Amino acid sequence: MSAVRTYFRDIWMALFTVTVGMRVTFRHLFVPAVTLQYPDAKLKLPERVRNRLYVNIDDCIGCDQCSLACPVDCITIETIKSTADQDLGQTSTGHKKRLHVPRFDIDIAKCCYCGLCVYPCPTECIVMTDVYEFSESDRHNLIYNYSRMTSTEIEEAKAKFKKAEEEAAAKKAAAVAAAAQKKQEPPKASS
Amino acid sequence: MEELLQSFIGESWLLYVILAVPPLVFILLYALVTVWTEMKVSAHMQDRVAYMYTGPHGLFQPVADILKLLQKEDTIPAAADKTLFRLAPFLVFTGTYAGFAALPFSSAYIGSNINLGVFYIVAVSSIVVVGLLMAGWASNNKWSLFGAMRSAAQVISYEIPTALALLIAVMITGSLNLQEVIRFQDGGIFNWVVFGGPFPLLQKLLLLPFTFIAFLILFVAGIAEVNRTPFDLPEAESELVQGYNTEYSGMKFAIFYLAEYANMYLVSAIAACVFLGGWSSPFGDFMSGPLWGVFWIVLKGFFFVFLQIWIRWTLPRLRVDQLMYTSWKVLTPFLFVCVFAVGLILVL
Ligand code: SF4
Ligand code: SF4
Repeated sequence: MSAVRTYFRDIWMALFTVTVGMRVTFRHLFVPAVTLQYPDAKLKLPERVRNRLYVNIDDCIGCDQCSLACPVDCITIETIKSTADQDLGQTSTGHKKRLHVPRFDIDIAKCCYCGLCVYPCPTECIVMTDVYEFSESDRHNLIYNYSRMTSTEIEEAKAKFKKAEEEAAAKKAAAVAAAAQKKQEPPKASS
Repeated sequence: MEELLQSFIGESWLLYVILAVPPLVFILLYALVTVWTEMKVSAHMQDRVAYMYTGPHGLFQPVADILKLLQKEDTIPAAADKTLFRLAPFLVFTGTYAGFAALPFSSAYIGSNINLGVFYIVAVSSIVVVGLLMAGWASNNKWSLFGAMRSAAQVISYEIPTALALLIAVMITGSLNLQEVIRFQDGGIFNWVVFGGPFPLLQKLLLLPFTFIAFLILFVAGIAEVNRTPFDLPEAESELVQGYNTEYSGMKFAIFYLAEYANMYLVSAIAACVFLGGWSSPFGDFMSGPLWGVFWIVLKGFFFVFLQIWIRWTLPRLRVDQLMYTSWKVLTPFLFVCVFAVGLILVL
């Protein structure tokens, strides 16, 4: 007898549970959709999101801290020392700029958005922005060049530095020579 | 309509071509609408929005889909049986389309007003099984073959409850011609077979539980026959990739899809015809007539199509043994009881 009872109870349960499920789906038919139609509407990002990097090259002192901190080595920096007669000015944070930065490349395709490059920067010129739509069809376009020095400027700076260095070397050599001469002269008065 | 046309163009093949066109046009338009509806309904049931870009609320998305399918490469697996592979989708669609021939669209239009309409539809829609088996076998792919075998087993098992449920309606109305079946129920909502048919009150009340159960079972069996969730084992994505149409692409796949949707309407319309008064208005003489008839039957059909969509996006899939259990141990015995009871009531 119990088998018969289970048989009918099963059928009843099947029908009943179907209606339960269908009630739920029907109710949701009229629940407003949660979909955000992305390119038309966007979520407001949190304040401290980490997306595309931005470098304010005017403030960069070329200290290479960010490049050293980067775990995937996607920042490449080259610097040229300035000479004594040049004044590269100050950063907005008040640091004296002593180096030209002819090359400041970030390969954003490699970047893992860890943000480690941001913290060591003494002038706070490398920052995370909230821009996240920068897909490219060629990945070479994802290497961002932040340096604004033209090739002639770079050549000039290099030449100047070289000259200054040569001059310094010559001066040094002269000084060394002078010192050596001094040594050779016999002491005039020695008691 | 047949007589009217005959008086214009006489007895020629043109007559039959013209008579055959409306269901095809209907199927194509209906498929566009239903694909869109299904996507929208399913999305909103899950609190999403579905198509939004192609036209207002994505209305033209089905058209775009068809254009896309037309452009697709039509691949045929190297190891497939090419002839059968090409033939299968068309056979499936033919079986469904042939069913539409005996389906009334209004008191004035039916593709072919044959006396064995109900029987014919049940019989001819079995061609679909052949087509599915053909597709599964010809694909030379284990998923396809499993899908096809499941599909054949399922459709054949559920043919029996369907036929028995239809039999109950036939016993009550006393005709196998769908137009006659509908005319019998004409005259308002309470004359519908599902509510016991146009009989004296006592007889009606006695018949009501049995006709209602039969109607319910017909609907369930109908879902199973068109292989939709919760009976969509033949194309169970999680286990069989896409079942019998795994290897199909492009237009052939579209034809399978079209056949599935057409089938959905076919079973819905049959249920509406035999149990819910087909094209007859639920308000008696109010809003009745050949043109209103089209409106009513399409409305009733669409209601069941919507119900199928609703069920599909609610219920999970059955297991194979549960599927067979449902058919052979629940639906069929219940219908035997119903057939017996209805017969007894009608005789007394
Ligand atoms: S965010 Fe991380 S990975 Fe990206 S550049 Fe900075 S240190 Fe490198
Ligand atoms: S840490 Fe800041 S200042 Fe130093 S090189 Fe990087 S960006 Fe420039």
